[in-house]
Amino acid sequence: MFGKLSLAAIPYDNMIVMSAVGGALLLALVILGLVTYYRKWTYLYQEWLTSLDHKKIGIMYIILALVMLLRGFSDAIMMRSQQAIAAGGSLGYLPPNHFDQIFSAHGSIMIVFMAMPFLVGLMNIVVPQQIGARDVAFPLMNSLSLWLTAAGAMLVMVSLGVGEFSKAGWSGYAPLTEKLYSPGVGVDYWIWAFQIAGIGSTLSGINFLVTIMKMRAPGMTPMRMPLFVWTAWCTNVLMVWAFPVLTAALAMITLDRYLGMHFFTNTLGGNMMMYANLFWTWGHPEVYIVILPAFGIFSEVVATFSGKRLFGYVSMVYAVAAITILSFSVWVHHFFTMGAGPNVNFFFGIATMMIAIPTGVKIFNWLFTMYRGRLRLTTPIYWTLGFIVTFAVGGAGGVLLGMPPADYELHNSLFLIAHFHTMLIPGTLFGFFAGYTYWFPKAVGFRLQENWGKRAFWCWLIGFYLAFVPLYVLGFMGMPRRMAHYNNLAWHPYLLVAALGTAVIALGILFLGIQLVVSIKKRQALNDPTGDPWDGRTLEWMTSSPPAVYNFPRIPVVDEIDAFTEMKEKGAAYQRPDRYEDIELPKNAPHGLIIGGLAFLFGFALIWYIWWLAILAALGMLFTVIARSCDDDTHYTIPAAEVERIENERYQQLAAVAPGGPAGGQTIPAPVAETQ
Amino acid sequence: MMTTDYVATIGAAPNEGVGRPDTIAIQTFGFWIYLMSDLIIFSTLFATFAVLGRNYAGGPTGKELFDLPYLASETLLLLVSSVAYGLVMLALRDGRKKWVLMGLAVPLLLGLGFVSMEIHEFYGLIAQGYGPDRSAFLSSFFTLVGTHGAHVTIGLIWMAVMIGQVAVKGLTSPVQSRLMRLGMFWHFLDIIWIGIFSIVYLMGVV
Repeated sequence: MFGKLSLAAIPYDNMIVMSAVGGALLLALVILGLVTYYRKWTYLYQEWLTSLDHKKIGIMYIILALVMLLRGFSDAIMMRSQQAIAAGGSLGYLPPNHFDQIFSAHGSIMIVFMAMPFLVGLMNIVVPQQIGARDVAFPLMNSLSLWLTAAGAMLVMVSLGVGEFSKAGWSGYAPLTEKLYSPGVGVDYWIWAFQIAGIGSTLSGINFLVTIMKMRAPGMTPMRMPLFVWTAWCTNVLMVWAFPVLTAALAMITLDRYLGMHFFTNTLGGNMMMYANLFWTWGHPEVYIVILPAFGIFSEVVATFSGKRLFGYVSMVYAVAAITILSFSVWVHHFFTMGAGPNVNFFFGIATMMIAIPTGVKIFNWLFTMYRGRLRLTTPIYWTLGFIVTFAVGGAGGVLLGMPPADYELHNSLFLIAHFHTMLIPGTLFGFFAGYTYWFPKAVGFRLQENWGKRAFWCWLIGFYLAFVPLYVLGFMGMPRRMAHYNNLAWHPYLLVAALGTAVIALGILFLGIQLVVSIKKRQALNDPTGDPWDGRTLEWMTSSPPAVYNFPRIPVVDEIDAFTEMKEKGAAYQRPDRYEDIELPKNAPHGLIIGGLAFLFGFALIWYIWWLAILAALGMLFTVIARSCDDDTHYTIPAAEVERIENERYQQLAAVAPGGPAGGQTIPAPVAETQ
Repeated sequence: MMTTDYVATIGAAPNEGVGRPDTIAIQTFGFWIYLMSDLIIFSTLFATFAVLGRNYAGGPTGKELFDLPYLASETLLLLVSSVAYGLVMLALRDGRKKWVLMGLAVPLLLGLGFVSMEIHEFYGLIAQGYGPDRSAFLSSFFTLVGTHGAHVTIGLIWMAVMIGQVAVKGLTSPVQSRLMRLGMFWHFLDIIWIGIFSIVYLMGVV
């Protein structure tokens, strides 16, 4: 009836796991209790869970990302504290069996369930507004992507208390992930969490690719798109090209495990290196998938807070495009030691180092944008400056690692760990934090408090250096990655410093939490009544904060790179249109939520070999898709009068707070009577 | 003066068609992008077959297993169904509902024939003990051909749903858009099959 699942799957004897499970369940109960107490279930269901509004979907994505950041970071604390203790005679507090699950979960969560939802969330909130659109191309598919990602994240969370997680690393190398070597359910949790979330990401990629290509405002030619839209577009191209390879690779390892096939086994003709090739054909572009949008965010932030147009816009676009294409020609550098031969390694080594060229172009462009600009030192600029310095150092380390002879020495050592964290923390995460601070007022209507943001930044920056510089040294000293215990006491002092760094980063995360709470409390003082708190340059600052459900009452016309700045300069930014029109928008729909829930059940059933449930869930998904396909009444209309009412309110608000006009010295037309 | 001109442009901007995103053009373009992503799944499976396709591990080779005349008739079924679907699209263009309805039954039946023949082939192999767990060659063979077969099956379900929609809703514009995308899907599967027939079967027998 329940396949392999029994009560024995719950690790009662492991205090650490059980307290984590208890904590998570308690938190869930408190949240559910509060929702029930305040009778918010209907509100939650109608306004959020089934919403097809890209802005709300974006906010839900980012909440998911922040929750998973906490989970992934607690794994990091456990790894660092274990390695700070487990030297020589001491074994630490984590047995290898548990330690292996922790590092596998940390990598899987941070890439697929933190970075991916964070970037898709930011794209959701920002891209349609930056291109002057009212929604994405496929709103229901957008909701479906969200719930598939959430279903994958749920599977990872459930693995904590029911069964175990994979012990084979986030990259899941074969043949360790084969049934013979990993007979438990851990690898299956990893497979299905990745598979379900990965399909969601492919759909997101398709959705935003079409949105950017087909739904830009009139006049927004490709070379007038904001840089964030360009980087989002390149990321979407990579998502559509790369994620299907992951889908296929995971399907093959699934078939090996479930049907005894021989893709990656050691026997009967299987080829385990085929897996490494396929995984990194996705995995390397994935690195650029998570970092390109951050480059876009830095570009927006630098231009806005320097008060001038981005330096070298065209070269920036070409640099992003070059990185997009090159990202598919470097995957072998993840396994130079496979022994493919000098010629192959030579090619991939050169290709890897070439990526430094367009990336260098970008660094110079950001610096030259700030040069002679009127730089306002806000929190997003702090994150950007911290990024530029650290990223340049990390990039130099990357060129070093890109040389096959050096790689043979440093492969699988802590040097590698230090290198990719130097790229992903200051590159991706600092970028997302900059974007989070920058667009927060746009998404919810008030700014984040600056001081706590800057404190968080300093903790993150200092903590980062403390945590990862020792790992470079340890790499040179020959310490391998993923060690639950070690006997070389010379490594110990460095690991103590690294643990200290993790504690400082923990403080940074705490300060980000405090910043959120303080900002919510002081939301009146931090209010953004104009919709343009930073004197922004691109179209998303034209809408109110938070924007009306339709974003733009009239679709704007664009004829410059920084369209909104140009409108402000010409005095056209807050001009009323001569008349309003009816606006059609997608109705809310539960199909994405239902399919996401069924996908979770489907994955869970397959992990535990509960075949009947898997079949039922699959049929349920098929039925939901068919039901939706038969529904042609998917839109509703906001009448012009209602649009006019909402816009009048906005003009009243604008006139009230800014008699001299909002940033940019705009004059606000007085509100007109509703019977215009 | 320039300012007023600019404002006038905004006021007069034709934004019809921008307001409602779900136009047929956007859906069709999105479906093209989906097909490209699906093509990458097939490319991955083809690449895997190229690497593993001769790893017989002491088991049977393609030459011993493949029955080319049988496969030629299977291929014929799929290709003719594609032609039939093209004729359905002609009837759709002329707005002939009855012809569309009857026409759709032809590719549906031919597709069913194709899938049945494929299942029969697979069943025969497994019954002889040459299932996908016998060798890496058979694993990559079953997965590549089976993934195509699964796609055809989904296409058949879609076709059945469309027969229902045409019967109930008539040839409305959403129904036409769906029929067009189903057509793209169906022809796409044809192209994949030609790749499979050449690379897996023909080259496997040589």
